[in-house]
Amino acid sequence: MTPPPSDDRMSEGEPREAGGRLAENLMLFARTLRAAGLPVGPGRVLQGVEAMQAVGIERRDDLYWALHAVFVNRREEHPLFDQAFQVFWRNPRLLDRLSQLALPEAPTDENQQNRREIARRLAEALASQQDGEHEQREEIEIDAAHTWSQQETLRTMDFEAMGQAETAEAKRAIARFRLPVRPMRTRRYRPSQHPGQADLRRTMRAALRAGRDDIPLQWRHQRRRPPPLVMLCDISGSMAQYSRMVLHFMHTVTRDRDRVHSFVFGTSLTNITHHLRHQDVDEALAKVGGTVTDWEGGTRIGHCLHTFNRVWARRVLGQGAVVLLITDGLDRDNAEGLAAEMERLHKSARSVLWLNPLLRYAGYAPKSLGARAMLPYVHDFRPVHNLASLSELVDVLSAPMDRRNSEIAVWRAMIA
Amino acid sequence: MTRQLPQSVDATQALLQDGAYVADRSLATVLYLSLTLGRPLFLEGEAGTGKTEIAKVLADTLGRTLVRLQCYEGLDVASAVYEWNYPRQMMEIRLSEATGDRDREQLAADIFDERFLIERPVLRALKPDMAGPPVLLIDELDRTDEPFEAFLLEVLADYQVTIPELGTIKAPEPPIVIITSNRTREIHDALKRRCYYHWVPYPAVERELEILRVKAPHAPEELSRQVVAFVQKLRDMDLYKLPGVAETLDWADALTQLDKIALTPEAIDDTLGTLLKYQDDIAKIQGSEARRVLDEVKQELAGQAARSAS
Repeated sequence: MTPPPSDDRMSEGEPREAGGRLAENLMLFARTLRAAGLPVGPGRVLQGVEAMQAVGIERRDDLYWALHAVFVNRREEHPLFDQAFQVFWRNPRLLDRLSQLALPEAPTDENQQNRREIARRLAEALASQQDGEHEQREEIEIDAAHTWSQQETLRTMDFEAMGQAETAEAKRAIARFRLPVRPMRTRRYRPSQHPGQADLRRTMRAALRAGRDDIPLQWRHQRRRPPPLVMLCDISGSMAQYSRMVLHFMHTVTRDRDRVHSFVFGTSLTNITHHLRHQDVDEALAKVGGTVTDWEGGTRIGHCLHTFNRVWARRVLGQGAVVLLITDGLDRDNAEGLAAEMERLHKSARSVLWLNPLLRYAGYAPKSLGARAMLPYVHDFRPVHNLASLSELVDVLSAPMDRRNSEIAVWRAMIA
Repeated sequence: MTRQLPQSVDATQALLQDGAYVADRSLATVLYLSLTLGRPLFLEGEAGTGKTEIAKVLADTLGRTLVRLQCYEGLDVASAVYEWNYPRQMMEIRLSEATGDRDREQLAADIFDERFLIERPVLRALKPDMAGPPVLLIDELDRTDEPFEAFLLEVLADYQVTIPELGTIKAPEPPIVIITSNRTREIHDALKRRCYYHWVPYPAVERELEILRVKAPHAPEELSRQVVAFVQKLRDMDLYKLPGVAETLDWADALTQLDKIALTPEAIDDTLGTLLKYQDDIAKIQGSEARRVLDEVKQELAGQAARSAS
């Protein structure tokens, strides 16, 4: 056993049974984590006490990893836990600063009061334990840079509220929404009246129920299910007039089906899936507007797709996902590296659908460098000449893909 | 040979060492927690970082049976938990009809009897075992779909499964459960909450060198150092699939087989396929880039040697 460092809170010779103060401290620690945004409930605190009793408090790193195993549930939560742990179990005076830094969004008055209250109580609770202990001031630089928004706010967006009529229309439109991709067969089965595969389990039961001489076969069929959907939407300057409508569409789709992931990109890629899960469309869009910082700027499609391929592709493109790419193909970087990234995307997704709302006139030809780089790698290309309403967007996307005289061949011929 | 469960974190680390598994203190702590408090261990991390290996080593050193459930999309109860042996059941029905010795009620009870039950991994892990509760490895859980995850909740919370015709089967002693995921999708929080979560990272230089010494003892020391330094450099680069520990071991093996005692640009180009698994990545590294990285590695190692000599 290595002797614990002298400034450790665990070094106070407290009983191994985590009765009394240690358990109390753990509770306060859990509260700090919760204030910092980790989903820590009372059940977890009990588990934490259990874990603490199991590993003991002789070694700081053991306690660290034991609590880590209980309170952390995803890799992203690690840095937050790490900071909270370092600060909490060392110098509670820094907690005030931490809890203020740890607010991912501007809190309401009541909220703020609550948090201050917690921080104060925390400080008090810890101070009462520190009586008699040598007062020490430590300069710890809190690096909060990686725990929440990494980007400075460049430009955020305000969306006007959706009217009731608009919301109703969205619902009607989405009811018509069919991806031009067939639902996938899963390896799960449902009972069926028509001959297909024999369902021996049901057959056996039916036989026993009926008690006849013969054993009539029961049937089953494979279930079908729509594939997961990944939407990548361009929000650069050239797409500005569509972004509100497209986001509305993304929100409605997210609410309507499961396994949907949404991203927006301009100069950088942002995952907005989480924000779109808000029930209320206005609230969801406001959140997106506030988080994303590259509205109506330039487009770096190649760069953003590269980020997607590296960071997200393996996590969201499993199980036969379909990618819906909404962009005008105008690239600031002169399509540098775009073809390679499109090829990678094409190889990892079941199919890639490109929706191009650029065209305000009918004589569009994919002449831009971006479009020429992207077109060879999409399975279906859907230009729209007038994208004014959600129902139109849904109609364009729902049109069946006719393989024989597919338009994609015509489009590809144009760039050849 | 069965062994007692370790009684401390140190003992856990020693146990893993006996199984030729080089583990960080963090992993030993979490494993110890999971073993003492009887809660499943959820290991997430990139492919090839030794997640599956832990279960194997654990079963080996503790002398327990390893029950492995490899997950795939559409995995259902019939192939994960149990299945009735239908042909035998039908035979039984026919036989009883022929002899006419049983009424229907009796027949139903006889047909859904344990004799006709085919055990699949989960059920086998819940059954008592001579060597003590088995180690249940649920591998690559991210490959299944949500319905199976939901089903696992019952198993992991109470260590029991319900078979409608037989009733509930509960494990007399809970098995040791290790779940792994490559994170090709997020596993639901409800499941993670029932487990101890641990992210298995790529090892640091010294740790990886130690692993290489244990797992590839025939590789020359000089070569091992260079291999590890090279791989660590690659992990900082912008590649589609970063090499894991498994790839490092494969590479060291390949180079040893070719009787190399040190890395050369030609040797790297010839064997890069054991290290990188995507053509794009290989094309990026092969040739001049490999040469550049190798020069860096050699310089650094020379610097270290000079420092330690002085």
